[in-house]
Amino acid sequence: DTSLAKQKTDIKTEPSTDGFGNNNANDGRVLSASPGSGSSTGSNKQTAAVTPEDQQTLLAVLQFLKKNKLIESVEILRREAGLPENSLDPKATESAGAGSGGAAAVAEDQPDVRVVLSAYSQQGDPTLYEVYYSDLKKFIETVLDCHRAELSQVFYPLFVHMYLELVYNNHESEAKAFFEKFSGDQECYYEEDLRVLSGLTKKEHMRGNETLLDFRTSKFVLRISRDSYQLLKRHLQERQNNQIWNIIQEHLYIDIFDGMPRSKSQIDAMSGSLAGEAKREANKTKVYYGLLKEPEIELPLDDEDEEAENEEGKPKKKKPKKDSMGSKSKKQDPNAPSQNRIPLPELKDSDKLDKIMYMKEATKRIRLGSDNLPSVCFYTFLNAYQGLTAVDFTDDSSLIAGGFADSTVRVWSVTPKKLRKVKSAADLNLIDKESDDVLERIMDEKTASESKIMYGHSGPVYGISFSPDRNYLLSSSEDGTVRLWSLLTFTCLVAYKGHNYPVWDTQFSPYGYYFVSGGHDRVARLWATDHYQPLRIFSGHLADITCTRFHPNSNYVATGSSDRTIRVWDVLSGNCVRIFTGHKGPIHSLAFSPNGKFLASGATDGRVLLWDIGHGLMMGELKGHTDTIYSLRFSRDGEILASGSMDNTVRLWDVMKAFDDLETDDFTAATGHIHLQDNSQELLLGTYTTKSTPVIHLHFTRRNLLLAAGAFNP
Amino acid sequence: MSAMAEERRQKHCSVVLPTESMKAMAESVGVGQLQEDSCVALSEEVSYRIKEIAQDALKFMHHGKRRKLTTSDIDNALKLKNVEPLYGFQSQEFIPFRFASGGGRELHFYEEKEVDLSDIINTPLPRVPLDVSLKAHWLSIEGMQPAIPENPPPATKEQQKVESTEPLKVVKPGQEEEGTIQGKGQGTTTPDGKGKEKGLIRLKPRSTHELSVEQQLYYKEITEACVGSCEAKRAEALQSIATDPGLYQMLPRFSTFISEGVRVNVVQNNLALLIYLMRMVKALMDNPTLYLEKYLHELIPAVVTCIVSKQLCLRPDVDNHWALRDFAARLMAQSCKTFSTTTNNIQSRITKTFTKSWLDDKTQWTTRYGCIAGLAELGPDVIKTLIIPRLAIEGARIKAVMEGPVISNIDKIGAEHVQSLLLKHCASVIAKLRSPPDNVEQYRTEYGYLGPMLCSHVMKARTQAALQAQQVNRTTLTITQPRLRATAAQANRRPRTPSIIKVPSSLTLMSPRPGTPSQPSPPATKYIVMATSAGAASTQQVILVITLSSSQSASPVTSTVPSATSTLQPLVKLEPGSGPGLTASRPLQKYIVVSLPSSASSSLETKSSVLPTSISSSSLDGGMKLERSESPGASTQSPH
Repeated sequence: DTSLAKQKTDIKTEPSTDGFGNNNANDGRVLSASPGSGSSTGSNKQTAAVTPEDQQTLLAVLQFLKKNKLIESVEILRREAGLPENSLDPKATESAGAGSGGAAAVAEDQPDVRVVLSAYSQQGDPTLYEVYYSDLKKFIETVLDCHRAELSQVFYPLFVHMYLELVYNNHESEAKAFFEKFSGDQECYYEEDLRVLSGLTKKEHMRGNETLLDFRTSKFVLRISRDSYQLLKRHLQERQNNQIWNIIQEHLYIDIFDGMPRSKSQIDAMSGSLAGEAKREANKTKVYYGLLKEPEIELPLDDEDEEAENEEGKPKKKKPKKDSMGSKSKKQDPNAPSQNRIPLPELKDSDKLDKIMYMKEATKRIRLGSDNLPSVCFYTFLNAYQGLTAVDFTDDSSLIAGGFADSTVRVWSVTPKKLRKVKSAADLNLIDKESDDVLERIMDEKTASESKIMYGHSGPVYGISFSPDRNYLLSSSEDGTVRLWSLLTFTCLVAYKGHNYPVWDTQFSPYGYYFVSGGHDRVARLWATDHYQPLRIFSGHLADITCTRFHPNSNYVATGSSDRTIRVWDVLSGNCVRIFTGHKGPIHSLAFSPNGKFLASGATDGRVLLWDIGHGLMMGELKGHTDTIYSLRFSRDGEILASGSMDNTVRLWDVMKAFDDLETDDFTAATGHIHLQDNSQELLLGTYTTKSTPVIHLHFTRRNLLLAAGAFNP
Repeated sequence: MSAMAEERRQKHCSVVLPTESMKAMAESVGVGQLQEDSCVALSEEVSYRIKEIAQDALKFMHHGKRRKLTTSDIDNALKLKNVEPLYGFQSQEFIPFRFASGGGRELHFYEEKEVDLSDIINTPLPRVPLDVSLKAHWLSIEGMQPAIPENPPPATKEQQKVESTEPLKVVKPGQEEEGTIQGKGQGTTTPDGKGKEKGLIRLKPRSTHELSVEQQLYYKEITEACVGSCEAKRAEALQSIATDPGLYQMLPRFSTFISEGVRVNVVQNNLALLIYLMRMVKALMDNPTLYLEKYLHELIPAVVTCIVSKQLCLRPDVDNHWALRDFAARLMAQSCKTFSTTTNNIQSRITKTFTKSWLDDKTQWTTRYGCIAGLAELGPDVIKTLIIPRLAIEGARIKAVMEGPVISNIDKIGAEHVQSLLLKHCASVIAKLRSPPDNVEQYRTEYGYLGPMLCSHVMKARTQAALQAQQVNRTTLTITQPRLRATAAQANRRPRTPSIIKVPSSLTLMSPRPGTPSQPSPPATKYIVMATSAGAASTQQVILVITLSSSQSASPVTSTVPSATSTLQPLVKLEPGSGPGLTASRPLQKYIVVSLPSSASSSLETKSSVLPTSISSSSLDGGMKLERSESPGASTQSPH
């Protein structure tokens, strides 16, 4: 077992640097930048000629190198760049003076920030901005309909950059006038960002505003057909409209494709994120979305079980089922990753027992469909006083955990089996360790109760997750830590520190051992329970990571963010392999389909979007909820999607129909330009309203009974 | 892009804290003279930071899965920014946002009391709140939402309405009532009309409404109580019918119960039971969660029967079946008002039925009475067009019975009742139709036998209307401790008053000298209270001006003003000077009631002195101003 663990870490640490290298463009903005980030940001910019800005970049790099005691590199760089010896000193003392980790990070961030903002200093005549913009507006309004929708995409990023340039160059009144004149033209889904922008009227405000830095550093991505792009380019060159052309060149990334221009609805379906759409090549990497082969476990034909249920003739039924399952697991899915792509923990005896239980339950599973809807059992938390913030069920549906705003974590048993602690060490010594029922003997009967409270966090608990073997519980909190609790002793085992800012979500891998967390610092971290440092840092989101989910094969992690994008990360390389845009609000829930092919996401805009992971395509849009969707779950067979929302409803959707109905051909698959049907009403199978309980968690039992949970909100 | 969104955006672009707030805050921390430039710079900076913090706080609210922003969200947002959170934001009671102005400045503030720590320590601990607990229930069973108390009432009134008016609308499980099954198999391929040609229309199969055991028990109890002998039980049962939200599924049973009950009891002439059943109808109609449209085919015949049936009781000469007819007629009118549409034409059909049997010469007096009552309840328009033209004919018929040879006592009683019914309903309508000089002869020529009686009734109606108008004017003002809350007692009693006067915000203190609130001797103050009350006859505008001198001797009779004005921080606006028409130099008591006529018939009345019209308009302006000053206080109430 130890050798396995060693092997795991070996694999892990080596490619992790790779991960940083690939994500370097974004690393500079990570709040608490980890050591790897600064160097890569710097290395990108070293090649540039030494202009005043670059000098500052160089200083930043120097400072970083010096701090990490890379004296030789400092010398070489200084010589090459021709910087004086003392150039670094005032800054070095400054950063030394800034005591704590957080402050140091900020100090380290400062030169970067200045570089970033100074790009705005090149400016034209502030009074002409309005003229430029309205000129472009007039032009776009007069072009052919088919191009107009595509070119209109330019408005929003241009508007923001022009406004920011005005603000940066201290043209406050012009900026205000510009904003008032054109903010109304922008698409309604940018309203949140415009609100942030409207508050910002001074150069001083720009410093330290992460949203803006993101906007500046990451190029806004637009997808425009070649024809439309040529049209725009020609116009701007004819008019000598350099101001706008500069912005387009510098701050926008225009992803040009050949073929038909997209329609307005096609564009609207994909836009809405903080930094535009995903580049096409961002979704080109192959993703092994298939499931791993299930280990072959012999299903013992235990007599008791048969006797208990043989009036229904179970034994006969069971036989073919078992065979089909065996054959299914034998053939290798071509889309599945190799079995040991990610080292997974070995199965323990107890895990095997659980697998057997799972299979037994699976045979009794109800086959769901549009004419066979699941029953919903609702667990209402009473007297929670608005304090319930997170809920999780164990896979076998025997335990419920709740995270609360008062920093507590509570666990309930929903079966007659009560929760018991392990006896104290002294008492454990007295136990006969050879006896068959040793696992039963170690439990302290006196501590049996229906629920247990666990104290340890110092802030609201926002994320909670059971380990698959039900021995551990993870919780993430506003206090910046993720805690691992033992469900045998009901004590805290580890506090994983690293986020420093509120951790919005955490989840165990479906195979245990690994877990992922994501929070306000805009990075997701992959951890192993036996390491106090993260194994991977997934960075790239431009705003808080609000939810994290493991792919069923444990090789990938999906994260949803306030930047209104969903990213899928490869656990092996740490690379971002998919970026999905289309939501118009912060994403608060994600769910993988059981076959690993699809992803569903729900956001504050009340819409559920469906994604094909393999092709990187949007597959459908489910409209109906009127408030934030906090929970999504596929049924065990993937036939039905359940969504739970703040609007006090549970809704069931016919996702099989949604996937079947979608017409895709090679072209749409290649370009991602799908025509979404507006068929939410047909796909909606049922709406179940609670009295006054927002639905914050959903779970399908192994037999496909839907469990829902939420706190009654009088 | 909607214009509204644009408007909103325009707004949040420009919201900046006023510089006066900066000054006030600076003063509160001991910085005396703050430059105007610094104020502007500060206010912009502070506004930006506050917005930033509010935006971060929203994040915490979303992750806390709440709809309400709490103070802890703000604290957490401050923590994100490395700012020390604010302490001591827990308060047991609601802290009102206060408003004061004086010396040309306006202030909104919270009253911050100094708290003695030992008081807090010595107070007994509050009751331990109940612990969090889990409760499971079935939200849905194989696609159907069971009707249990844990689930919301199966169908809201809107859904019931949609179902009864647009039955072809595709119904989703969970929204539909229990017991109906998705009729997928029976679906036909008729287009829906809303572009849903693709989907099969799910015809709702005819199904029995199965009631749970509890519902069956409830139904039994309720129906027994409603027709039983115990009046207290009946009142309880009717109350339950009128308020219970979950009766939707039992509606068909109730409506059948009523219609069958009426059928049987009319034959048996059981007046008491008929009354009970009508009261059930009334209770059902009163229930805000029920939509009765689907059951009118059973209820309307029952109600109409109770209006027009020849005989409703065993002893028609003694029993008061007239009251039942009146009551049922009112029910009928109410359901016409609620359910009559252009498609079902309930009102016109009912009117036709009533008129037809009224016109029939052979109709008995009882039925005649019912028809007239039913028509009369439908409103003045119906009276005007259908009843009044027939007054002369009806009068002749009554005369024939009253003055002719006595045929039967029952007929005579009937004729008497019809006569008083006609007088009662027609008088008020005629009073409005005709202008005042009421001439008996004219009435006689126009309305025949009933003319003279009508004339006196109309005159009575006129004087009564005038009296009522006066009564409406009498508004009492009570000001209670400690928050200077004045309520117009009269306004409270009337259910249909458009606005209940609310003080402090709608109360103006006008001082002759521009004084600050801290001044020891309070200046003479004037309260202007305005109330609009819709009286039965006309709408009146009541303005009440009370001047209080600093000594409490001169307070008006109708108001009880505590001496608190000197000790309390006034919640009300102090306006230096006063309106143009009100002489500010006289600290004398003034009690003026102005009634602004809404129709030409009522006259301007003044009680103590004659006021030029300009005053009333100026004080009206004052009232308007007050209305506006109320809003900032209301909108900035602290989040709890």
